[in-house]
Amino acid sequence: MLVRARQVADSVPDPELPMLTLADLGILRDVTVDGGRVVVSLTPTYSGCPAIAEIRADLAGKLAAAGFADVDVRTVLSPPWSSDFISAEGCRKLAEAGIAPPQSHHRGKGGPVPLTLFASGPPVACPACGSRDTERTAVFSATACKDLHRCRACAEPFEHVKEI
Amino acid sequence: MGFDTAYEAISEETDTGHRWAFGTGFTDPLAGVDTAVPAGIDGADLAAYCLMLGDDALIMSHRLQEWLARAPELEEDTALANIGLDLLGQARLLLARAGAADGSRRTEDDYAFGRGEGEFRNARLAEVTDADFAGLMARVLVFSTWRLALLTRLRSSADPVLAAVAAQGVKELTYHRDYAAQWVIRLGDGTDYSRARMEAGLADTAPLVPELFEPSAAEQRLAAVGVAVDPSGLRAEFDAVIAHVLGEAGLDWPESPELANVSGQAGRDGVHTEAMGDLLAELQSVARALPGATW
Repeated sequence: MLVRARQVADSVPDPELPMLTLADLGILRDVTVDGGRVVVSLTPTYSGCPAIAEIRADLAGKLAAAGFADVDVRTVLSPPWSSDFISAEGCRKLAEAGIAPPQSHHRGKGGPVPLTLFASGPPVACPACGSRDTERTAVFSATACKDLHRCRACAEPFEHVKEI
Repeated sequence: MGFDTAYEAISEETDTGHRWAFGTGFTDPLAGVDTAVPAGIDGADLAAYCLMLGDDALIMSHRLQEWLARAPELEEDTALANIGLDLLGQARLLLARAGAADGSRRTEDDYAFGRGEGEFRNARLAEVTDADFAGLMARVLVFSTWRLALLTRLRSSADPVLAAVAAQGVKELTYHRDYAAQWVIRLGDGTDYSRARMEAGLADTAPLVPELFEPSAAEQRLAAVGVAVDPSGLRAEFDAVIAHVLGEAGLDWPESPELANVSGQAGRDGVHTEAMGDLLAELQSVARALPGATW
């Protein structure tokens, strides 16, 4: 029962990045079975992620369709989601869909956050041609988790999942 | 199994019928989170503190939302929407935390839509209107620099819920601060005209700054037990970041008198500026016209 419930929960697509499953995105923290109840632990990507209500409903709906009528979706806030939680398979799927995946990222947890003025970080590889001759055109975009870039080599504009 | 659009996802056959549009169906943002107040922490003080930080985010978010479709470029519209959404998310968590901490079980909606002006605890910086985009950038720079310094320290709060909200918020505010800093530099180091507008924006914002560093009685009590951050200790980091940005922009911090308190009271005491009434009238209009409505 647990294996089956986990398979179903893992395979639910993310509503805003539908090429990824919740497992690929790394927001599914745990799936357990308590008696007849399936307990799913979920971490939002951003504080204001508007997709959380959709994800909760999708999980309940998909698990109900698979025969699990009693589903409890619990929020887990700590540790906060990081783009490092996206799986290698998830990064591959993002690139395949034309979205540059996040690079590995280890932000310090300690003292004051330095003012970067967005100057830091190596250029993002273009998901169309692979060139690193790219530039960021906007730090915010249509979803909280992505920014916008442009490739100088092939002229393709593309989205990129931010490193947080 | 996959969906090309969010609209396909919500209309699929496993839908239980409670959603009619993407983004509806709100649930308690702390559903499943352990909200027990740790031993030795005063629940009423903790709730008051969560309201201060939650109201700052809620009211600032509302002002940012007023800018949507009015920003100079589409990219700035999406930036302001994203910043407003991050702050709204922080507000939802903090207001829900307040209702759990004082045992009243009030929801985020009860706090946002059911309180009068005198019950809001935001600093007055969050509620004022902006004369123009430069004014908004001055205010976002000040607000995010102060809040980032605060949340950085709040990550080690003795309240695990506050610590978790802070840890997520730090990632978000880092983006907000850099965004506003870039605009302040671009406008300050731009043409004579853009520089004059940026100077005016800073001059409008400066009188509201000292209030941010004045601790309330509840903050001091909570800071003493490791729950809250005493804001008076944030001034040095704040000044260093602002000086760095203004140095890049070729601007000076304006010498402006502090906005006066009223009988010693200000935003943390529920005493607000004239702008707050108009803001709440709009924010609460639907909830007041249709009490208890859900969608």
